[in-house]
Amino acid sequence: MTTLHKNETDGLRAWFKRGEPMIWINASAVTVSTLAVIGLLVLLAVRGFSHFWPADVFVAEYQLPGEGSAVLMAERVESESVAIEQLRSAGFKLDTEDPFIERELVKIGNRDVYGSDFRWVLTRYLKEVDYPVDAVVMERREWGNFYGFLKALNTGDGRTDLSQGDAELWQAFQHSIERAETIHEDIERIEKKDIGAINYRLEKLRLKERGLELDTDLSDTVRQQRQMEIDAEIAELDAKYEVLQRELRELYQQWNRDTFIAATVAGDERELRVSTVVKAFRPNAMSGFDKVVFYVKKFGDFLTDEPREANTEGGIFPAIFGTVIMVLIMSVLVTPFGVVAAVYLREYAKQGVMTRIVRIAVNNLAGVPSIVYGVFGLGFFIYFIGAEIDQALFAEALPSPTFGTPGLLWASVTLALLTLPVVIVATEEGLSRIPRNLREGSLALGATKAETLWRVVLPMTSPAMMTGLILAVARAAGEVAPLMLVGVVKLAPSLPVDGNFPYFHLDQKFMHLGFHIYDVGFQSPNVEAARPLVYATALLLVVIIALLNLSAVALRNHLREKYKSLEM
Amino acid sequence: MNHSEVRATASAQRRWRQIKDMMTTTTITAGGIGVLLSILLIFFYLLYEIMPLFRTAGIESHSHYSLQSDSPAIFLAMEEQAEVGFRISESGQVLFFQVADGKVVLEPDLPLSAPVRSFALESEDSRVFALGMEDGNFAIAKHDYKVSYPGDQRLITPSVSYPYGEDPLFLSDSPITQLAIRDSEEALVVVGVADNHLVGRRWNKEEDFLSDEITLVDETLNLPTLDINADRLLIGPTQQWLYVVSNEGDYRLISLRTLKIADRGRLFEDAGLSDVRFLLGGISLIASSDDGRVAQWFVVRDKARESGYRMQFVRDFKAKKVASNLVTEHRRKGFITLSDDGELNIFHSTSERRLLREDLDIGNIQSIAIGPRADTLLVETVDREIHTYAIENEHPEVSWSVLWSKIWYESYPEPSYVWQSSAANNDFEPKYSFAPLAFGTLKAAFYAMLIAAPLAICGAIYTAYFMAPALRRKVKPLIELMEALPTVILGFLAGLWLAPFIERNMPAVMSIFIVMPIGILLFAWLWSRLPVGLRSKVPEGWHPVLLAPVIIFIVLGCVEASAPMERAFFAGDMRAWLTNDLGISFDQRNAMVVGIAMGFAVIPTIFSIAEDAIFSVPKHLSYGSLALGATTWQSLVGVVMPTASPGIFSALMIGMGRAVGETMIVLMATGNTPIMDANIFEGMRTLAANIAVEIGETEVDSSHYRVLFLAAFVLFMFTFIVNTVAETVRQRLRQRYGNL
Repeated sequence: MTTLHKNETDGLRAWFKRGEPMIWINASAVTVSTLAVIGLLVLLAVRGFSHFWPADVFVAEYQLPGEGSAVLMAERVESESVAIEQLRSAGFKLDTEDPFIERELVKIGNRDVYGSDFRWVLTRYLKEVDYPVDAVVMERREWGNFYGFLKALNTGDGRTDLSQGDAELWQAFQHSIERAETIHEDIERIEKKDIGAINYRLEKLRLKERGLELDTDLSDTVRQQRQMEIDAEIAELDAKYEVLQRELRELYQQWNRDTFIAATVAGDERELRVSTVVKAFRPNAMSGFDKVVFYVKKFGDFLTDEPREANTEGGIFPAIFGTVIMVLIMSVLVTPFGVVAAVYLREYAKQGVMTRIVRIAVNNLAGVPSIVYGVFGLGFFIYFIGAEIDQALFAEALPSPTFGTPGLLWASVTLALLTLPVVIVATEEGLSRIPRNLREGSLALGATKAETLWRVVLPMTSPAMMTGLILAVARAAGEVAPLMLVGVVKLAPSLPVDGNFPYFHLDQKFMHLGFHIYDVGFQSPNVEAARPLVYATALLLVVIIALLNLSAVALRNHLREKYKSLEM
Repeated sequence: MNHSEVRATASAQRRWRQIKDMMTTTTITAGGIGVLLSILLIFFYLLYEIMPLFRTAGIESHSHYSLQSDSPAIFLAMEEQAEVGFRISESGQVLFFQVADGKVVLEPDLPLSAPVRSFALESEDSRVFALGMEDGNFAIAKHDYKVSYPGDQRLITPSVSYPYGEDPLFLSDSPITQLAIRDSEEALVVVGVADNHLVGRRWNKEEDFLSDEITLVDETLNLPTLDINADRLLIGPTQQWLYVVSNEGDYRLISLRTLKIADRGRLFEDAGLSDVRFLLGGISLIASSDDGRVAQWFVVRDKARESGYRMQFVRDFKAKKVASNLVTEHRRKGFITLSDDGELNIFHSTSERRLLREDLDIGNIQSIAIGPRADTLLVETVDREIHTYAIENEHPEVSWSVLWSKIWYESYPEPSYVWQSSAANNDFEPKYSFAPLAFGTLKAAFYAMLIAAPLAICGAIYTAYFMAPALRRKVKPLIELMEALPTVILGFLAGLWLAPFIERNMPAVMSIFIVMPIGILLFAWLWSRLPVGLRSKVPEGWHPVLLAPVIIFIVLGCVEASAPMERAFFAGDMRAWLTNDLGISFDQRNAMVVGIAMGFAVIPTIFSIAEDAIFSVPKHLSYGSLALGATTWQSLVGVVMPTASPGIFSALMIGMGRAVGETMIVLMATGNTPIMDANIFEGMRTLAANIAVEIGETEVDSSHYRVLFLAAFVLFMFTFIVNTVAETVRQRLRQRYGNL
């Protein structure tokens, strides 16, 4: 407060001399950093959340000067203003002298017709903009969204068209989609689960057969007997497969039964199968509440569905699942080892120069680039240990590797190694905070060192261990670079946990949220269409990691409170 | 239960407790040491993977036997597995034999029309050769091998085939004393020396559209008359160059397109020629002198010359004795020299390494051959004795100079730093220079630190020293939360949002850096002019909150003014202006984007350590300073900062370590081109990103794979050392505070 009063008489020079400007500059650094964090989170939230909102669809006539006119049906994505020179140099003939021209990116969909989903248009040449209530948006299994109008529907029960009333037709269409969706679920179940299980068992039998060939100690009779058993089992599976195949054929026929006729805004009518449509809606006819319901449902689908169209559409369930499983295995591995190492360092090792050096080394390992761990994991775990395991246990599958190739187990082990320093450091810190007199009290009462450790020290350190583990999980969940080398793939054919014995497939490759972001954002053929999905995925990842970190912070505070009372 | 029983159970229990205690101690000690050792394992495993790169070659004698032949060999070769050898003698006798024991497998007759006078090999890879004869004709043939597996046993069946028919082709009327051939999809070119003149012929292959049949149309090449003896002839694989070398060491480079001499000179200043060969790919000549030197030459472009090309001496290697026998590897740019009395040297051209020197001590040497996999050596002595050797030479391509110095690569106009680890063709020269990658790494880290260091340290100073405690409790966790933000998200935003944003609003970004400080100071000055009553409404230490609207306003204002500025100063397109008017090349994903994104990732690291350092400076120090009349700023600069400076230093080091090793941001926010250019508008490729990009595509245990491990090792050591220094400094600091 004193400085405030003195200011009255001082001029600019004195102001500078007191260092006020520097204080303000320092303050601005805080503001910039904080605003950057908040801005980033807001950017992710806005872009990520808006992806699921059913935006209105407009119909307009678009005519550039000197070119023919076209009718557009599209939803707005973003707009910007461009200097006229830039447009001129890009070859636009413009009939205006305005220095800046508004242009917007619109999603026109119908990739099978136009070749791309998006298009830039100059706003000033959009004429007669209208929002027809019967404009339909259809999410399809391939070729992206369809924008247009529904004309008629052919189902097994006959034909419905606009003459029976628009509402009738729409109702019938929705029913037909629902029906197709139900059948599709059956098909999925049979293909993925039932046939998947048969294929899995057939593969196991093939390996068994190969193992029989490799086993030279067997007598001929035993060999023949085993071979016969295998053959019988294969025959049985083949028969089952036949039945399922027939069932599938039937289902496919049912699935593809209904067709509908839709028209694009330009008037092209085409007949499409209802089975190609995942979801159809009329955004312009939806009320605010409808949109919210739709939004929530779509968000739910995003979390629980499998990806479609090279990961650019659909959900991200396998990626969430893969991330969670990988992190769980990693936690199971890292916690005991990290805790044991920390306990050894703090409680058992003789404190001296050596422990100081080890402590510094462990601390520094947390700063070693994660890609180095990836390289180590690839070389040591996969090509060295994995190859040895294959030689010893999975010889019948060679030359195709089982554990000698990137997979879930190695990814988890590599990340466990990567996060080991985090757990060690956190646990050690927890151990060092436990007041000495507690330990001494326990020993004085005749407890052995192990009992003291087990009954007194470890329970009190458990929040610190949890903090370490949560920080490790947060780091592991966001780490991508090493995973790219040791087990993550763009698209895994099946989840690492399923109904086939042994249910838990540690050798399988898996999908991961972080890698999903990299892959869809940078390696997908249709980056523009996939971008909103990437924002949504990124947002989800940030939320998970932020929650984990906040709980770590909360635990840490809780821990501190607890020992404050002890120190009294 | 009586007394003694109680005592017995008690003592049993005690023993059991003791055993448990001991077991725990052992388990924890073993476990703890095990975990710590496994951490050491990373270091040793990386070392184990890179050691073979720097190992020298080894050679081991396998067998020797004598071959029945009427004359010495003019050509020796082996097939892929080095199981079957091939030999042509001066008399034209052809022999396939088992490399292991010399047993003759096949002895076909070549359709020769006259005694052999000269020999030419098309290339090691094609296995096509030609024999020039006394009557001026030459025969073309190929030694061929078929591999089959009857009964799971490998069987190699050799044969001689005739790609141009069995009849000898005509070249000249006089005996052919020297010969060179080169075959390609378009033509077969043959140049020979007959009657001391160069004679050349080209057989153009013309494909019939209907039948796909190839007919040969031959033409004579009118080669220039030379002023030197044409003792060696070589034709390059593109059929553009004919190299003529005399025994005195003079060379003439003749273009087979213009049929003129493109360059002339001497291979060795003061020595004659002993032998000359093409290195793999046919771009470089390896020539050995008659005084024990071996030189590498290749053709480079030279605008000063009339022909546009010249022969360039690139590097030389020293053998002790005259390398009269030269043989080049089939898959790599390596070669082996052997003197007449058996001094063997193994070299590699790009890495300039001598991998082995060994005296074979087997008498005088007639001829040598190397297996296609460069693992077997066949030596024939003058008394027709064949010696076989196994060579172990896995990674000759890497050396210190390859990694860190300028290297003159084939077909490059000058020595340069290049990283190019693979290419589509087999005879490619791998370029493993770490220089561009290290440069890219440091460039990215530098720009990141340029953004992060001032922001983080200034922020830390304010937060630790000036900020109101209530605000500090909110701001600190928020900035620390940033540290947990996955870098893949930062990279994705940098690549897909920030990079196009900066490209579109470049004037805005430029002006923010200038307007921001001015605007803030202006606001601060105006604030100090406000009446005290108003100012005292805002408590001390809440400056950042006041500044938030100002900063938002400045940023939005700059973005809004971007387009008008671009129109006013840069003709509507700053990017085009940069490229056309300033000549600065612009890449959308450039160092500026990386700097901002990675700076963002590094800020929390630096911030939290620096903040801790400043905050833990004992308060009584600054109180003392204030009590002596210093202003807060003066006591900060004069007392607090000097005390905290080691902590700030270590914060910067750790931040630097993080920036150096960051992978995903650079992978996503740059174009990943390995260039050496400090331009902020160009991209780069870093060591870490390079590993991520390439390691999935390399063959396990190949040189490339090990070089990538070496890159990981370099990263590991760099960050480890940086962090250790930082950590030691920090511990010192802690002790110092303890004393205060």
